[in-house]
Amino acid sequence: MRGQLPRWVDVALLPVLNVVLAFFIAGLIVLAVGQDPLKAISIMISGSIGDGYSLGYTLYYTTDFIFAGLAVALAFHAGLFNIGPEGQAYIGGLGVILGALALNGMHWALVLPVMIVGGALFGALWAFIPGYLQAKRGSHVVITTILFNFIAVSVMGYLITRVLKPAGVNSDESAPIDPLTRVPALAQFTDFFKHTPVNVTFILAIVALFVVYWLVWRTKFGFAMRALGHNPTAANYAGISNEKMIMIVMALSGVLAAMVAVNNVGGVQGRLILNFVNGAGFVGIAVAFMGRGHPIGVALSALLFGMLYQGGQALAFEMPDIKKEMIVTIQALVILFTGAMGEMLRIPVAGIFNRLSAPSSSGEGGR
Amino acid sequence: MEQYVTLVQILGGTVRLAVPVLLACLAGLYSERSGIVDIGLEGKLLASAFAAAVASAVFGYAWIGILFAILAALAFSAIHGLASINFRGNQTISGVALNFLAAGLTVFLGNAWFHRGGFTPQLNGPQRFFPITLDTLSAPLDYVALPEWVPGIDWLRPIVQFLLYVIELPFYWFGRLVALVLGWVASNPIGEPLVNQLLLGHNIITYFAFLAVPITAWVLFRTRFGLRLRAVGENPKAIDTAGISVSRLRYQALIITAVLVGIGGAYLSIAQNAVFTPNMSNGRGYVALAALIFAKWRPGPALLVCLMFGFLDALQIRTQGATLAGLWDAINWIFGSWLPAIPAALAGIKTYEIPVQAVQVLPYVLTVILLAGFIGRAVAPKASGLPYTKDR
Repeated sequence: MRGQLPRWVDVALLPVLNVVLAFFIAGLIVLAVGQDPLKAISIMISGSIGDGYSLGYTLYYTTDFIFAGLAVALAFHAGLFNIGPEGQAYIGGLGVILGALALNGMHWALVLPVMIVGGALFGALWAFIPGYLQAKRGSHVVITTILFNFIAVSVMGYLITRVLKPAGVNSDESAPIDPLTRVPALAQFTDFFKHTPVNVTFILAIVALFVVYWLVWRTKFGFAMRALGHNPTAANYAGISNEKMIMIVMALSGVLAAMVAVNNVGGVQGRLILNFVNGAGFVGIAVAFMGRGHPIGVALSALLFGMLYQGGQALAFEMPDIKKEMIVTIQALVILFTGAMGEMLRIPVAGIFNRLSAPSSSGEGGR
Repeated sequence: MEQYVTLVQILGGTVRLAVPVLLACLAGLYSERSGIVDIGLEGKLLASAFAAAVASAVFGYAWIGILFAILAALAFSAIHGLASINFRGNQTISGVALNFLAAGLTVFLGNAWFHRGGFTPQLNGPQRFFPITLDTLSAPLDYVALPEWVPGIDWLRPIVQFLLYVIELPFYWFGRLVALVLGWVASNPIGEPLVNQLLLGHNIITYFAFLAVPITAWVLFRTRFGLRLRAVGENPKAIDTAGISVSRLRYQALIITAVLVGIGGAYLSIAQNAVFTPNMSNGRGYVALAALIFAKWRPGPALLVCLMFGFLDALQIRTQGATLAGLWDAINWIFGSWLPAIPAALAGIKTYEIPVQAVQVLPYVLTVILLAGFIGRAVAPKASGLPYTKDR
């Protein structure tokens, strides 16, 4: 049955149908508690892209989700399900703040590469360990990355509250980064974004989309990676070292996740605070599945989730009964339909297409 | 003597904290033995904790809370089954989705229904399970007060009450007997903490959880169903060839999973606590999964591993604010003073406060080390995670 459908159905129509289904069910849930889902959607749309201010916030969330989505997508191309971008981004924050504070006071253009490299190193390390354990010790990467999220919370909690916190400060946070050193908000260059947190990291996210496309589909390394994802045995016979690939791909995935820290620690917050990732790493899972692992898809679904998160904030004012957790529910439904239940709509859609295109082809429509 | 009491108290805490993990772990055992990976245990635990607290608050009875907890877990299992058995989807992704679904839906619905920021109303009286103590065991038996909403033909009510009374009688006499024996043990100073802190002082779900271990072992290794369950996880084709439905067996396993994890979730919100709080499962489902792997998918070892996690948890509560010197003394006491006294020169480190996070992180670090196979290698059921497709 696979391959009988036109390509555009697989690539575009089915994902869109699945997302529509997820939103439809979310709408029913909202309806079930006596709220108006259509009103909610219109508030969310105007609250997320209605003007420069809301768009600025939407793009700030989008930046996080692009990085986290790419992190999950990259690993998934190699057949690895990385559930740990949350922890990798958190630990990445340590590298970002260490880099920034070491050069505190210098111009941001000089420090940004240091922050990126610092974050990348720490994030890569945090993802490399589960990769190593999968490759060499056979412990499943899904469970180890989940556990590493928990471990990251404890490690960072300790470091922030007992080590990085300057004397005489009450709140649990590191020393602040100098305004000159901080990754500047786009609002500094254009009035359009007003006082919104979207910053130069957004441009970095766009670049990352192209880099990941190039890496996965235009290099030998990307080919080896996809080969591993499709068939590890065949990849091995083709002379690819699966163990090495798993470790490298996980580390790269951690690098992408850690860029969330550049956006938040280096840019928006300008300091290391507790739980700055705030679920962005988990959103990445939904973004990656919804975007089918392709940078274009990841960009579009990251934008959609950015709109949901910013729109959800606007919604909290207008319709306080719809809490922001509704977005986590939508996220769950999107993962469920696009990631795990893809066959559900595929079977009826395939049936329709078979009937439309070849009415004479004898009853081969089933599985 | 004081240290003995402390130790028994910690062991009592161990038992209490191990229960939800143990129930989730046994639940996962059925599912994974049948070849279905269940990352969604965490979500099921959370969803059923929420359902239990809501139903118990609305209907006024803890037992109804348990019923709804199981129903919630069944609903989640049904989605998981649909995705992984019928649509042959990725089981890990489905499980992850269910975890998010539980995290989002519980807070959203809880807030929409009760307007308490995701918390459910505080439960009291018959809305929750209380620890069984010597006093409650020997309390006189009384008629069960039937709630208002029980559909009432008036003359039927006393009959229902009488029937409940008759059903309760044997339990009552059993309780009296247990109270008699344990009361005698508790009359001596060594036995007193043992009875009050370790053997008693737990609610009924705790005893069920521990009973579920030998029952699971018996079902798995001594019944025809258990044999088929193990076979379908190792080699579904053989089961199919023998004319037994693979889907049916796997759905049966998922039902048992839902019942056990549902009771585990109810334990969190209506037995251990008296309220549902957002994200109250707090990773226990994942810990259960790890315990399952470490126990190599066997019920007996699963009990031991869960008790070990419970012990670490209990220790964590005890060591909040403890100093290094205190830890040193404790180790010395447990292992019979074989550590040398801390030299005077290092007196400074004596007062070093052990970070809370260091103890919090222990179960997770330990799990990673276990999973890495440094302590025995775990081999999963062969067909686990693979959807089964009939060849035609």
